[in-house]
Amino acid sequence: MSGRVLVGVKRVIDYAVKIRVKPDHSGVVTDGVKHSMNPFCEIAVEEAVKLKEKKLIKEVVAVSCGPQQVQETIRTALAMGADRGIHVEVSGKDYDNMGPLQVSKIMAALAKKEEAQLVILGKQAIDDDCNQTGQMTAALLDWPQGTFASEVTLEGDKVKVVREIDGGLETIKINTPAVVTADLRLNTPRYATLPNIMKAKKKKIANVKPADLGVDMASRVEVLRVDEPPQRQAGMKVETVEDLVGKLKEAGRI
Amino acid sequence: MVEVPLRYLSPSCTLTSAATARLLPPGSRKLLLPASSVQSGVCSRRLHAGAGGPTPSPAAAPDRLPFSKVTQEDLDFFKKVLPGRTITDPDLLEANNVDWLKSVRGYSEVLLRPQTTEEVSQILRYCNSRNLAVNPQGGNTGLVGGSVPVYDEIILSTALMNNILTFDGVSGILTCQAGCILENLSNYLEERDYIMPLDLGAKGSCQIGGNVATNAGGLRLLRYGSLRGTVLGLEVVLADGQVLDCLATLRKDNTGYDLKQLFIGSEGTLGVITAVSILCPRKPKSVNVVFLGCETFEQLLQTFKLCRGMLGEILSAFEFLDSECMRLLNTHLKLPNPITDCPFYVVIETAGSNPTHDEEKLHNFLEEAMTSSLVTDGTVATEDTKIKALWSMRERVTESLTHDGFTYKYDISLPVERIYQLVTDMREHLGDRAKSVVGYGHVGDGNLHLNITSPAKDPALLAAIEPFVYEWTAGCQGSISAEHGLGLKKRNYIYYSKPSQAVALMGNIKAMLDPKGILNPYKTLPDNLR
Repeated sequence: MSGRVLVGVKRVIDYAVKIRVKPDHSGVVTDGVKHSMNPFCEIAVEEAVKLKEKKLIKEVVAVSCGPQQVQETIRTALAMGADRGIHVEVSGKDYDNMGPLQVSKIMAALAKKEEAQLVILGKQAIDDDCNQTGQMTAALLDWPQGTFASEVTLEGDKVKVVREIDGGLETIKINTPAVVTADLRLNTPRYATLPNIMKAKKKKIANVKPADLGVDMASRVEVLRVDEPPQRQAGMKVETVEDLVGKLKEAGRI
Repeated sequence: MVEVPLRYLSPSCTLTSAATARLLPPGSRKLLLPASSVQSGVCSRRLHAGAGGPTPSPAAAPDRLPFSKVTQEDLDFFKKVLPGRTITDPDLLEANNVDWLKSVRGYSEVLLRPQTTEEVSQILRYCNSRNLAVNPQGGNTGLVGGSVPVYDEIILSTALMNNILTFDGVSGILTCQAGCILENLSNYLEERDYIMPLDLGAKGSCQIGGNVATNAGGLRLLRYGSLRGTVLGLEVVLADGQVLDCLATLRKDNTGYDLKQLFIGSEGTLGVITAVSILCPRKPKSVNVVFLGCETFEQLLQTFKLCRGMLGEILSAFEFLDSECMRLLNTHLKLPNPITDCPFYVVIETAGSNPTHDEEKLHNFLEEAMTSSLVTDGTVATEDTKIKALWSMRERVTESLTHDGFTYKYDISLPVERIYQLVTDMREHLGDRAKSVVGYGHVGDGNLHLNITSPAKDPALLAAIEPFVYEWTAGCQGSISAEHGLGLKKRNYIYYSKPSQAVALMGNIKAMLDPKGILNPYKTLPDNLR
């Protein structure tokens, strides 16, 4: 086995930022807005780096798809301990329409090219909440998948994955190569320390185009309109129980 | 050992001989008492023993002054002026009678919650005529027992005076009522691309009126200066109910004496602040926070020098905490150390208008700091969530201390190079009498927060700490209260940092503005002035 792990990292709007819808309702405002690595992708990077520290795998490769700015996100992964990065250049209309299908085709192509033993992704991105890329990547590769992982253990040429499911926890054992998607409780991502941040500046990020990987970026999904959720109505304070009953009657609730 | 200048000891001061002995560092040449009695607190107590009974701590409350007591007639008046906002329910009063540290308790039976300046004026006019003592109260987050009553003073809360009045997007001048919570003002301003010029850990509860009344410092003072510079105007209600309208919104106004400066930092003893106009800076486009570890305090100071040189105009905060603080954060709040364990930690914040420029400056600084080994480890944050996480390592130390036991808090201004010496000396001096001795604070401003914990309130420990800490501070001409103020707990220590003529003049001003002494009695000015 190559001992190589591919980790996908997505650049998203920082989760603390207040999202604003564009006036033309075509999407959300991203210009000048703070972006950062998707929290679940951070967990994925952390897991890969942990495996390398345990000497169970040999190399961690961080991948991101998008315009020039995603290089920042790849650098963050490098500062956390990834060995090298791959920037898949996607911009303009292609980037606006890029979704799980396109990304999973890219990841699948790279996984084959890099002879990856494992592909670790975040379970979903906090901007689109799709929760599809990991599953689609596995299907395209015809590899097993361990999704919503809260625990990952390498056992020879198999992977034991504890999955968070509605009913509780499900433990499965799958063959490698495999795709794993990280859930919240898998680990706590480390802070990138200064020495690593300095080292990261020297690590390599290769540039690649989707066409080089034989991937067609055409989207079959068209976004028609984006709206804000309905505004929450202000509550009302009442002084007495009689007031409360009166207001409830007025509103036709009782 | 530096001699404490004797000018701080007024010939007319009527401090007890024990207290007098405490003002002079041991071994000082110019003694008022024989050398042997100054060497130890025990000796000075022996000196006093003949007078009958132990000396009360200078921090303890004095006897109740002869103010009137609240009558039913008074309550009827208040209820007429503030219907539904005159509170006498003891359960509701409980929170307002005890300070945030749970270290002092008052016995007020009346809580008033005005909404307008006019209501405050009516209340004070009435209380002045009836000789009723009043305790103005904002967010009740003060740390020196100044915000809660000592006896049955009426609590005048500004909590309902929380309206923003005006904001000018060009000049950045904000006017608002005194009861606005700092965090709310910050949120309001941030939506308009501005920020408040001050920031402190208590932001979720403290009110701007209280901040001004205590001349609060905080985490941004290094960059934006103190409230004495950023407050442009105040509206204050005086003890007799007169409304003093100095709520100008002008950057420059040299017409007569600057009265607002009297009220800033007056801790509610000269008037009740009802509205504030303040100059706000633009919200920075790029904020970075760096968390660094240093082996020695000397290296920390060198890092500060380097930082000033290389980050200069974008530096907005430079705070430190020691390894003991980190231990408490790990133990009580389960906050993990973002980097490896070091004896000292620094939190540096930069705020600028251009992310690319700032990142370049920051990386150059960090590279220099690392290669010259001033710093042994560190991490950088550019994202909001990570920034908040790193800041909480510094902001939540106070909280972690409350879980460690009873805390003795000292807020000292010292020459920057001597800041940590006090912590080391105190540790040595106390030995294992104390549970934890920690140092942290606004090292960039020369302000140390020295905290000592013990499992329970311990008078013997207190006697070991005080007056050692005050004498040490006076020895460097430092301030015994850099930003927390004097309140109840430190009022009698004022002479360690101010000469007696200054304190006497303060007394004259107080007598002029509040002849009956009804505003926040027992606080700020020393007992011997009465």
